[in-house]
Amino acid sequence: MSLATVMGQLTAGLAPRAADNTPPPFPTPHIDYRALLPMLIVGGVAAVGVLVEALVPRARRAITQTVLSLAGLVAALIAVVSNTSIRNITAGGAISVDGPTLFIQGTVIAVSIGAMLLIADRSFGRDADFAAQAADVPGSAAEQASVRAGFVHTEVFPLTLFAVTGMLLFPAANDLITMFVGLEVLSLPLYLLVGMARRRRLLSQEAAVKYFLLGAFSSAFFVYGMALVYGYANSVKFSDIATALSASTHGDPLLIVGLALLGIALIFKLSGAPFHWWTPDVYQGAPTPITAFMASGTKIAAFGALLRVLFVAFGGLSWDWRPVIWGVAIVTMVVGAVVGVTQTDVKRLLAYSSIAHAGFLLTAVGGATVATADSESSVLFYLVAYGFMTIGAFAIVMLVRDADGEANHLSRWVGLGRRSPLIAGIFAFFLLAFAGLPPTSGLWAKVAVFKAAYEGGAAPLVIVGMLASAVTAYYYVRIIVLMFFQEPAVDGPTVAAPTVFTSAAVVIGVAATLVLGIAPQPLLDLAGKAVPFLR
Amino acid sequence: MSFPWLTVIGAIPLAGTAVIAALPNDKPKLAKQTALGTTLVTLVLTIAMAVQFAPHGDRFQFTQTVSWIPAFGVNYALGVDGIALVLLLMTVVLWPIVILASWDECENTKRSVKTFLALMVSMETVLIGVFASTDIFLFYVCFEAMLIPMYFIIGAAGTPKSSYASMKFLLYSLLGGLLMLAAVIALYVVGGHSFLYTALEHAHMPVNDQRWLFLGFFFAFAVKAPLWPFHTWLPDSAAESPVGGTVLLVGVLDKVGTFGFLRYCLGLFPEASHWFTPVVLVLAVVGVIYGALQAIGQKDLLRLIAYVSVSHFGLITLGVFAFTSQGQSGATLYMVNHGFSTGALLMVIGFMIARRRSRGINDFGGMQKVAPVLAGTFLVACLSGLALPGLNTFVSEFLVLVGTFTRYKVAAGIATIGIILASIYMLVLYQRTMTGPVAPSVDGTTDLSLREKLVIAPMVAIIVFLGFYPRPILDVINPAVSATLQQTGNSDPPPVVPANAASTNTAGGSS
Repeated sequence: MSLATVMGQLTAGLAPRAADNTPPPFPTPHIDYRALLPMLIVGGVAAVGVLVEALVPRARRAITQTVLSLAGLVAALIAVVSNTSIRNITAGGAISVDGPTLFIQGTVIAVSIGAMLLIADRSFGRDADFAAQAADVPGSAAEQASVRAGFVHTEVFPLTLFAVTGMLLFPAANDLITMFVGLEVLSLPLYLLVGMARRRRLLSQEAAVKYFLLGAFSSAFFVYGMALVYGYANSVKFSDIATALSASTHGDPLLIVGLALLGIALIFKLSGAPFHWWTPDVYQGAPTPITAFMASGTKIAAFGALLRVLFVAFGGLSWDWRPVIWGVAIVTMVVGAVVGVTQTDVKRLLAYSSIAHAGFLLTAVGGATVATADSESSVLFYLVAYGFMTIGAFAIVMLVRDADGEANHLSRWVGLGRRSPLIAGIFAFFLLAFAGLPPTSGLWAKVAVFKAAYEGGAAPLVIVGMLASAVTAYYYVRIIVLMFFQEPAVDGPTVAAPTVFTSAAVVIGVAATLVLGIAPQPLLDLAGKAVPFLR
Repeated sequence: MSFPWLTVIGAIPLAGTAVIAALPNDKPKLAKQTALGTTLVTLVLTIAMAVQFAPHGDRFQFTQTVSWIPAFGVNYALGVDGIALVLLLMTVVLWPIVILASWDECENTKRSVKTFLALMVSMETVLIGVFASTDIFLFYVCFEAMLIPMYFIIGAAGTPKSSYASMKFLLYSLLGGLLMLAAVIALYVVGGHSFLYTALEHAHMPVNDQRWLFLGFFFAFAVKAPLWPFHTWLPDSAAESPVGGTVLLVGVLDKVGTFGFLRYCLGLFPEASHWFTPVVLVLAVVGVIYGALQAIGQKDLLRLIAYVSVSHFGLITLGVFAFTSQGQSGATLYMVNHGFSTGALLMVIGFMIARRRSRGINDFGGMQKVAPVLAGTFLVACLSGLALPGLNTFVSEFLVLVGTFTRYKVAAGIATIGIILASIYMLVLYQRTMTGPVAPSVDGTTDLSLREKLVIAPMVAIIVFLGFYPRPILDVINPAVSATLQQTGNSDPPPVVPANAASTNTAGGSS
């Protein structure tokens, strides 16, 4: 397609508006503040957090920020829960507060509370995970001075809250512009947070640059895709796109290419292959609490956005995107499973595991010919189960330490079961949950998505998913073997005594995984009631 | 049904596990006593339940159905038919015996005594669940949950070899289990959105779907059974696990595979079962001969028994897929008998290993002079392994072969060679270890202690009793087998003898 045709179509799309001599009056959008309350609370607390940085004395900042952030998140969670009956498209059609939005917002806030506990635990004290001053050049005298002065990066808290705000907006956005704003609000703080590790700072900064560059590209793809879709539908609103699709009788290159570009950005965010390359590097380089936050929160929010884009805006095009989702799902599962086998670093391994899980989730999306309630609710359930396991597993990763901070290399985990059976046992429990064995939530999560996939006629995806599950089980079990069946090294790592914060995060993770493993019905009901999307 | 027998029976070992896990580490004796006590209580309760079983009543008895996860149609549904009941009985009889047999051995594992025993006892709950569930998803959950304690038991020695063996066991089983999960989910979608066995057995599924689903289930059970060529994990696991674990693995766990063939593959996918029968028969017959030949060549006592079992599981599978009442009754009876005869063999081998600290056949010789009781019980177990008339396995092996012969003459004919090979591997094993001049390394070996006699006596008693009087078991099995045959739409082939002989032909198939 030549540039001229693209331009031609763009101008054709704009033509009706140009024909009007007087622009239509700009209506004041009605804003349902109650529906937006969770986002407003988290964003507001983040802004207050910035003020705290400026006004509160250094010595009291960390504790102030911790209390403030946790209180803000809890308040936001309460706001979400109190909003459960709301089904409303508000703010001039820009934001859709419907069942899936509320469900995903609740999940994001819940896992963010877990992640915030980990961040709080690691932002001060001897074994902090965040750099004293991120601006110091690694290895420089300035860095040493900052460490000696006992500086603490309490900016982590407002940054994380801003990212949470983005994660709350991203799945709620009902047009492409708002979605892009959500994407950027979500991503920009994360780019910074990734680079803030206290140890192995070069690795961390490399990860941040990589993430930033690739993330910037994916954002560019999103904007380009948005422009093309606007060219087709003459609107960025999902409802208008859906209407334009149903009115059209033929496929359009603008539309297909536009959707493809949007899809690239979204699949990048949820680390689906072949746009997953950043995941292992970034997960490894980032401070572990941030890795936990990204692995759970970003993935949950990105799946929410993907579902809304595919089902609400482009539902009429499902025959075109379905084969692509099939391909992406298969490649994602295979890459996550097979490449994960060769990993020797526990954080990289969990990164590949998270890629594989993105693939399992995509099977349910690929199984949806038209947006079936089953497909959506199974994804929602899976996200909750996966989010809690992830927070818990990374919390355990944070506890296994040696003189250089966290001992992430798997050879350092040898014989951990002998030294601290409880910690190793809990980690083994999370690994079994990732593998989908009873009695964990992982089993029902897999059953839910694979059932949805099968009902949608994606039986081949189910078979590939099962085979990939077996391969992932190999690397999960390998860690269990290391921990329980081998002699501990003489200078093996110690397990740091968990503080109240980390213990709380671990307990939340274990409890959620176990309770959902034994009695998943209440949450399944909730997910079933949350769907479908408001169109 | 008012009293939830099966739930209570399953819950007791679970409670026992919790108690054992809560005991302090420095009281191994108390842990052992608790384990033994728990399993004995389970045994007593199961017997109390079994005597109330009405063989000609409903197919599933002691049923209990509670909706568990309505969103997926998963129920907590329990119930036993005759086949499940006898396997359940075998399980609960073997468990206390194994605990008693592992009395000293469990001190030698890498982990604390209480951990090892807690794993052992927890597995009893899971196995009761496997045999007693009438909801396919509940069955799957128990089927997979079985792997975790077994995995830790196999790896209990902590050597690189044992960790390799446990990993191999887990991966084979998990692959099978996950393919089965795919089939289970598909079954739910195709079969009318329920996981209840009683609902699914009447579901009408397209033939093509049936075949795929059959494959998913079949693969999981073939790995578990294990059927040739999916058997390679068994010799490793059996050899590396503590002997008590091996008894449970070979004696009970593997029965889940053959039980699964009978209950799920045949019961749910009758047409596909018929369609696949030729393939399954070939695999079974190859397994019978291959297992036997491998057993003859083994130098390791435990690996030898593992290959013997591969051969026997071939025969059981043959009986199941013969689609005759003798074949399937024989196969079910064989599952029970195999548990006791192989269990007895393994336990005596465990005693030998405990004395000599070696698994090599060549390290033994002339033991019957120094330890006559040990040698005597070993001989009984060996003879039971080669199906000597008068001992339990003879009845079942004969039924299997007769049942197969009436429909598949060639397969039965070839499988009969397995019997001849059986006498070779069993008698050679006895000859090498027990007869001849006393090997210097064996000199001065003590005979069986009182505990060991207590372990082996009930096994020998059962072996002899069932050899002479298998009828109580067969009476319970037969109605369930005829129900299965009804599901598959088979009737026994008409005998080619005069009609008046027909009534004596069946081993009570329609009595």
